[in-house]
Amino acid sequence: MSFTRRFAAHPGALIGLLLLAAVLFIAAFAGLLYPGDPWQSVGPPLLPPGGDPLYPLGTDLLGRDIAAGLAHGARVSLLIGVISTMAAVLVGVVLGAIAGFFGGWVDDLLMRFTEFFQTIPAFAMAVVLVAIFTPSITSITGAIAIVSWPPVARLVRAEFMSLKSREFVQAAVTLGQRPLRIMFSQILPNTMSPIIVTASLMVATAILTESSLSFLGLGDRNMMSWGYMIGAARTMLREAWWLSVFPGVAILLTVIAINLIGEGLNDAVNPHLRGRKD
Amino acid sequence: MPEGDGRNMKSLDFILRRLAKAFFVVIGVVILNFLLIQLAPGDPAAVMAGDAGAGDAEYLAQLRAQFGLDKPLPVQLWNYLSGVLTGDLGYSYRNQLPVLDLIMDRLPATLLLTGCALVFSLVFGILFGVIAAWRRGGVLDSTIMFGALLFYATPLFWTALMAVLLFSIKLGWLPPFDMETIGANLTGWARVKDIAWHLVLPVVTLGLFFTAIYTRLTRASMLEVMGQDFIKTARAKGVPKGRIIRRHALRNAFLPIFTFASLQAGQLVGGAVLTETVFAWPGIGRLMFDALLSRDYPVLLGVFLITAAMVVLVNLIADLLYRFVDPRIEQGA
Repeated sequence: MSFTRRFAAHPGALIGLLLLAAVLFIAAFAGLLYPGDPWQSVGPPLLPPGGDPLYPLGTDLLGRDIAAGLAHGARVSLLIGVISTMAAVLVGVVLGAIAGFFGGWVDDLLMRFTEFFQTIPAFAMAVVLVAIFTPSITSITGAIAIVSWPPVARLVRAEFMSLKSREFVQAAVTLGQRPLRIMFSQILPNTMSPIIVTASLMVATAILTESSLSFLGLGDRNMMSWGYMIGAARTMLREAWWLSVFPGVAILLTVIAINLIGEGLNDAVNPHLRGRKD
Repeated sequence: MPEGDGRNMKSLDFILRRLAKAFFVVIGVVILNFLLIQLAPGDPAAVMAGDAGAGDAEYLAQLRAQFGLDKPLPVQLWNYLSGVLTGDLGYSYRNQLPVLDLIMDRLPATLLLTGCALVFSLVFGILFGVIAAWRRGGVLDSTIMFGALLFYATPLFWTALMAVLLFSIKLGWLPPFDMETIGANLTGWARVKDIAWHLVLPVVTLGLFFTAIYTRLTRASMLEVMGQDFIKTARAKGVPKGRIIRRHALRNAFLPIFTFASLQAGQLVGGAVLTETVFAWPGIGRLMFDALLSRDYPVLLGVFLITAAMVVLVNLIADLLYRFVDPRIEQGA
């Protein structure tokens, strides 16, 4: 069976793909759907959902449109989720490749370093990093990347260790290719599938971390985010439930979608695992 | 040399190695804290003072003298390191208290919350995981796994808020905030009951996220074990399925579950920060949130260091316990 057919055989993965496509669409066209600043008051304050067809999800204490906030928040969530994951994957791949390929004391040193970052509490560290370097989209993305690269490094290291003794790598060595070239043009392409599966699940975790940070008030003050909306609505829970319910549902659906896609990808690239999983 | 002595020597060697490793991780976190103070935008003395103390020129001068902030970096690092190792985690200008005192005051509440949540999630995670593995492919399995995905994907702070909305605001069953009824001045058994009542929502909220993780993990490791030869042998011998699950599969699946649980200690701390923030639970997570609001960096860094040290301790104890429980394991040797 081809990759796409194995993926499509998963109803969950397809649902995930549809959900994510919807979120991506809203994020891409947020500026067109809801032109103007989502921080701007547009209607009467604390309008409950369904009260006014102009603001189907209601408005907050300052009369800001919740639906507009959600659309613009989708951008921030996806952007930070994807970019921080890409940065973490880059760091993890480089360190894991060097450790796995060279072995010996280099491997020892890099693995102790990785273990160190894996031991210290990730979320607490992200909080400290963002707080000290003042909240901005750069510090948030950087902090999430810093706490999430270790699993990638371990994965890539293990793959490199098992692949470096294979014939095609030995052939490249015999041909006199340089280590760097062997690492990145011979071995790395063969480790792509597990990296992609891990990365897809990391995007989901990154989105959860970003929303938790902005819930605690560590969001970028120039960008509307789902976590911030919930954090700001926390004290209004009794009076205006819709302020915190809708952004939470948005996070939940996005994270579920990405997890479903990740699981589908996992089964599609590792068909031999299928029998064991279901 | 008798064989027993050789093993004891090996065990001693393992324990010493493991202790050294734990020690170096803690030192590493202290150095990391020091680097953060140096790298932060602005004057290191202002960072050490926190926002509240940064305006007090005399206090800044005192900090500069104490940590030798005009001296070369290695000297500063040494001053900082020796300070932390003798229990000086800095001073909270805002609270007018040493950081260590503030943290020690809040630690019991966090240990109570995270301890209960851990037990809750292990009990229900293993239970649901075993049921799902037992009924693999069935309706029960799909329902449990869907529930696990749902709680795994829900932001913890949002679960907490929704629990308050439903059980405190709409139904009025459970208290939404604090650790005990303020002003009730209960003592003895009545106070224990009051705290237990306040514990329900925070523990279930924090616990559900980890229940989701342990359910997935238990199911996976049960299925892994059940594919092995000794299970097939037991089946061929005609051992009933329930007995295979309990006596054979679950026993062998326990080890990976507990290994994973100890590795999750750090995540539990992160979850506590969010849970305590929502429920105004008077632990170190809430202390961290308050420190964020008032930009009290000494408290922030102190909480980070103490939680990291706690995680290192939990991992250390877990490693030593495995060695004791399962002599086949000879990690790091």
